[in-house]
Amino acid sequence: MTSALVVDGLLALLVLGLALRVTFARTDYGSAVGFMGYGLLLALVWVRLAAVDVALTEAAVGTGLTGFLLLGAAARLAPGESFDAPGAPGFGSRILVGLLCGVVAAGLGAVVLSLPDPAPTLAPLVAENLPPTEVANPITGVLMAHRAVDTLLETVVLIPALIGIWSLASDSGWGGRPGSLPLLRSSGPLTLLAQVLPPFGILVGIHLVWVGADEPGGKFQGAAVLAAMWVLVLVAGLRRPPAVIGQRLRLLVVLGPLVFLGIGIAGIWLARAFLAYPEGWAKPLILTIEAALTLSLALVLGMILAGPPAVDRSDPKVGP
Amino acid sequence: MTGETLFGLSGAALVGIGLYGLICHPGALRKIVAFNLLGGGVFLLFGVIAKRGGGALAVAGKGADGDPVPQALVITGLVVAFAATAIAIVLLRGLGERRARASQKGDGSSIQPKRHSGGG
Repeated sequence: MTSALVVDGLLALLVLGLALRVTFARTDYGSAVGFMGYGLLLALVWVRLAAVDVALTEAAVGTGLTGFLLLGAAARLAPGESFDAPGAPGFGSRILVGLLCGVVAAGLGAVVLSLPDPAPTLAPLVAENLPPTEVANPITGVLMAHRAVDTLLETVVLIPALIGIWSLASDSGWGGRPGSLPLLRSSGPLTLLAQVLPPFGILVGIHLVWVGADEPGGKFQGAAVLAAMWVLVLVAGLRRPPAVIGQRLRLLVVLGPLVFLGIGIAGIWLARAFLAYPEGWAKPLILTIEAALTLSLALVLGMILAGPPAVDRSDPKVGP
Repeated sequence: MTGETLFGLSGAALVGIGLYGLICHPGALRKIVAFNLLGGGVFLLFGVIAKRGGGALAVAGKGADGDPVPQALVITGLVVAFAATAIAIVLLRGLGERRARASQKGDGSSIQPKRHSGGG
């Protein structure tokens, strides 16, 4: 017990130390790199909190995909203003803000120390209502059956995000291919990696989705791995991102949420509630929704990473 | 002190650190990073509450020993946070490109926005 506490303490110290490094790093790039290390350590904390599903999501989405965006932005943007830059708060106000933030943190800490005992929990309710869904992973049960409306909105929210990113295209770039990914066509090792890794990555991604019904894993984690493999191929220049004007791309992007919504609406007649599943059909329907969502999510996540459409001079059809 | 309490206090400290970076750092990208730090702290607090509420599923032989409802909500939150971060970064890059174009157009002194107008 004590040795576990020592490990937990070291882990917490590392996370907090990296958070400080991320905040006070000299360069944007150093901050982004620190953030990725912080995210991976946070995933370990999630494992220690017995939330392996969350740990996988944190590592894949919170660290991998977010870190990719941050690194790309840090590399391309003009060097950010450091703490000494004009316009930054002066020394005195920084001390004041630091003290006030300390008060906020101390208040939250006091709340943590005075949490009610026994803790309020919905776990018994989930355990009781899990068998009808026929999935053994309680988190998948909650995501797909008990709180399905949250999950529906969550998958839908990614589409407005993608539309928002596309709408930031310049007039001349509209309808073209996304142009935010760095292209490193001449890099030999990267090309080799982009040829060798995707088959394994795709297998891992599909595995994560498939075992998600019974073990830790699920569509978001799997889709993030699939999107990462796709982006690896795009960055290596082996394939090019599809033009945003393509009808097939748009259909595939909305396919998952549409299937989810369709099955949910059919539930009004078949199971007497929106997003309810008819008895005995829960698991096949959940697997159908997850399969369709995985495809759409992987595509949406990949296209979000690829950024707004830009003028592509190497393509005569969409050139200026 | 248990591991959960320790991580709960870490989550509270992360919220403080993230808030400080969000307010004090002049760079917009650093503000986005700080906001993600803050979010990580909030999620961690939620995860500690989930861990404390667990136990019943482990007794029932379902494997997990955390309350799956907050955990599922954290997964939802992580994906939404990613979507928001992605939009913020694309906005930032668009702003950077526009500034660069404006400063290329001749003197640019009247077109180029002030460095800190609008904040982050």
